[in-house]
Amino acid sequence: MNPVNVDVVVVGAGAAGMSGAVALARSGLQVVLLDEQGSPGGQIYRGITLAPLGRRDMLGPDYAHGNELAQALAASSVQYEKGAAVWQVTRDHQVSYLRDGRLHTLQARAVLLATGAMERPFPIPGWTLPGVMTAGAAQILLKSSGLAPSEPVVLAGCGPLLYLLGWQYLRAGVPIKALVDTTRPEDYWRARRHLFAALRAWPYLRKGLDLMRSLRSAGIAHYTGAEQLAIEGEEAARALLFTVGGKAQRVATRCVLLHQGVVPNIQFSQSLRASQHWDADQLCFSPKVDPWGALDVPGIYVAGDGAGIGGAQAAAVQGELAALGIARQLGTLSDAQRDYRAEPLRAMLESNLRIRPFLDALYQPKEANRIPADEVMVCRCEEVTAGELRQFVALGCTGPNQAKSFGRCGMGPCQGRMCGLTVTEVIAKARGVSASEVGYYRIRPPIKPITLGELAGE
Amino acid sequence: MNSQSPRQSDVLVIGGGIHGLSTAFHLALRGVKVTVLEADYCARHASGVNAGGVRTLGRHTAEIPLALSSRELWHELGSVLGDDGGFVASGQLKLAENPAELEECRRRVQQLQALGFDHEVLIDQQQVFEIIPTVARHVVGGIWVKDDGYALPFRTVTAFRLAAEKLGVQVLEGTKAQYIEQSGSQWKVITPTAVFNAEHLVITAGAWAQELAAQVGEPVPAHPEGLMLMVTHRVAPFCAPTLGATGRALSFKQFANGTVVIGGKLIGELDFPARHGEVDMTRLGTSARTVTDLFPHLKHLGVNRVWAGVEAFTTDDLPVIGASRKESKLSYSFGFCGSGFQMGPGTGRRLAQQILGEHSDLSLAAFAIDRFTRTTSADALATHQHAAPITNH
Repeated sequence: MNPVNVDVVVVGAGAAGMSGAVALARSGLQVVLLDEQGSPGGQIYRGITLAPLGRRDMLGPDYAHGNELAQALAASSVQYEKGAAVWQVTRDHQVSYLRDGRLHTLQARAVLLATGAMERPFPIPGWTLPGVMTAGAAQILLKSSGLAPSEPVVLAGCGPLLYLLGWQYLRAGVPIKALVDTTRPEDYWRARRHLFAALRAWPYLRKGLDLMRSLRSAGIAHYTGAEQLAIEGEEAARALLFTVGGKAQRVATRCVLLHQGVVPNIQFSQSLRASQHWDADQLCFSPKVDPWGALDVPGIYVAGDGAGIGGAQAAAVQGELAALGIARQLGTLSDAQRDYRAEPLRAMLESNLRIRPFLDALYQPKEANRIPADEVMVCRCEEVTAGELRQFVALGCTGPNQAKSFGRCGMGPCQGRMCGLTVTEVIAKARGVSASEVGYYRIRPPIKPITLGELAGE
Repeated sequence: MNSQSPRQSDVLVIGGGIHGLSTAFHLALRGVKVTVLEADYCARHASGVNAGGVRTLGRHTAEIPLALSSRELWHELGSVLGDDGGFVASGQLKLAENPAELEECRRRVQQLQALGFDHEVLIDQQQVFEIIPTVARHVVGGIWVKDDGYALPFRTVTAFRLAAEKLGVQVLEGTKAQYIEQSGSQWKVITPTAVFNAEHLVITAGAWAQELAAQVGEPVPAHPEGLMLMVTHRVAPFCAPTLGATGRALSFKQFANGTVVIGGKLIGELDFPARHGEVDMTRLGTSARTVTDLFPHLKHLGVNRVWAGVEAFTTDDLPVIGASRKESKLSYSFGFCGSGFQMGPGTGRRLAQQILGEHSDLSLAAFAIDRFTRTTSADALATHQHAAPITNH
């Protein structure tokens, strides 16, 4: 099969992908935007073009903002391919994807990866029980199908998305039994040095405060400083157990929604063997990028949360900046044109990112919720516990890639997405070295599932 | 762990793959003080990421005696190492998909019988279907070796490492041998952090071995390749033996957990300086087609991961095993051309015997490092104690 030649392939139609693709097309380049979903929006604006007005209103003005990007995309010359699951990107810019069971390959001059974020694993006792979900997954159900749990839910953890979902549930009339917050007074203390910068991002901060206020005034039981979280239940979740100030608490529920922030989805940049670095503030790996989002693999760029968590507005700006970098590389812009156009974007980006250090410090996930006790499952696909990982270390396992060989950890269908960071941190702690030294899984294609028949071209 | 300095030992082994660690283990069994230097981590490359086939079937006739002796060791691995490496004596079956291929199989079996080997057995279509009822009906027969099987590569190498360490072998990972030189009665191995000394040096560095051999003036015409494999999601058990094909590239086995590993010396891309094998999906498409031809019900089975390991191939498809023909107290074991995993246990034992000066009936003459530079093929069959002159090639 001969690949089709295009100027640029953009992977992912979220905030960064949509804005990047539109900006690239505007600079005269031929752009193909590949996205796995049936409509543009990514996760943050999931289903934005399809959501009925009532649902849009319920989800709030930030969600509705995605509609502008989607409209710009529709009005552009970008060739938008929906339902396209990209399963391989090579260092020489070949992009392979699956659509309707058929293989397609594009040969691009440059590739923009805009694959966003994924939720950080939340490995606590019982997190694999039916009835336990992530807040992000619950929010996707709400956005794409208007689905919400019918039973009173417990939201547990920390981070903007958790509170936002609570707020959206309130508006949707979904009963919330409790908000169990892991944020402790010392987190506010740690975050305070970033408060000045955060105050300069006042609209963002105010939104958050409003959100928290509505949750409180709705009379939802709100626990703060929760520790020793565990889900009670044998066949399914029955209650969330935790302590506050050393005092044991139990909230009965059949639906627990966990969340402790999002981390960059580095599956592609890692499979391309791009350099990554450990972000000590966000406690995750991010690819090393230049000011235009370029990886150290020539012609491959990353924009949005995939290059470090910055949120949707920052992602949209990063998409445009990467488009400028690519347009320069492909010769449709001069250095001067690129830099001139980048100037206002950089100012916007700085303003959009101002709140980040404050949020990162305030909602830094607790070590106990990242590096679990021995009996807790780490790799859900292959059922490897933290204790087993520590045994591997005792036998000479120095990093995640050996953990695969020692006990199939990370080798299941999720390709390590659900356990990668936990495995890194468990091994680092057990060895007494940094997460950076331990590293991350080598990621191999297919990045998205493909069958033997599809691979065979049948 | 031994608290003595690893920088001075009786034998230094470069390369912590199955050959290096098996050799180290067998030397340590005889009380030899051994240090193993591994550039990455043990079993990182071909030894740890291969398909796990424990196969005597289809081997070059020169390799058969050594492979058969290695197979005995595979069957005893559990008691020798305290861990069987996940070895399953599943049998190996090479399928013939048409009469011409079956004829080729028949000739092969006859050739082996003439040489006195009876481990490969020709079987007909009915026998194939009895062994593997789910295979496509166009298969007409094949060659069956019942004592072959498969194992878990990384677990096997780790078992050798742990057993060797228990006997006092020092294994240093992240320690790349850059230069080797003999001065006086000592070999010196220079790494970025230290100089290691030993009376005897063993080079078992896989695709990186020939560079070291060249340093002592023993060039080997070999080239590295990235060999590709893929593994599927889990599927209900349908295939007990390990399979190969006669007319096309295939190595195929279902592990106990239900996953299917598919390979067959499929050449991918190689980024040798980065020590990285890359997959070429077009070529894997051909391999997927072979599988769906033989097992149509696997069409909807998901491919979970594909990968490539780095391995050295010699020009005559045979490994280099045995003593240097130029320097004293230097031994090699590398260049197994994608078939070295099965040979690991037996070759390590045989090489340890040679290093210790013990007698064995298993000749290593066919694997001599100077065979590429000798002029007549008759020489290749003779056992040399001294180096033949090195000529250009």
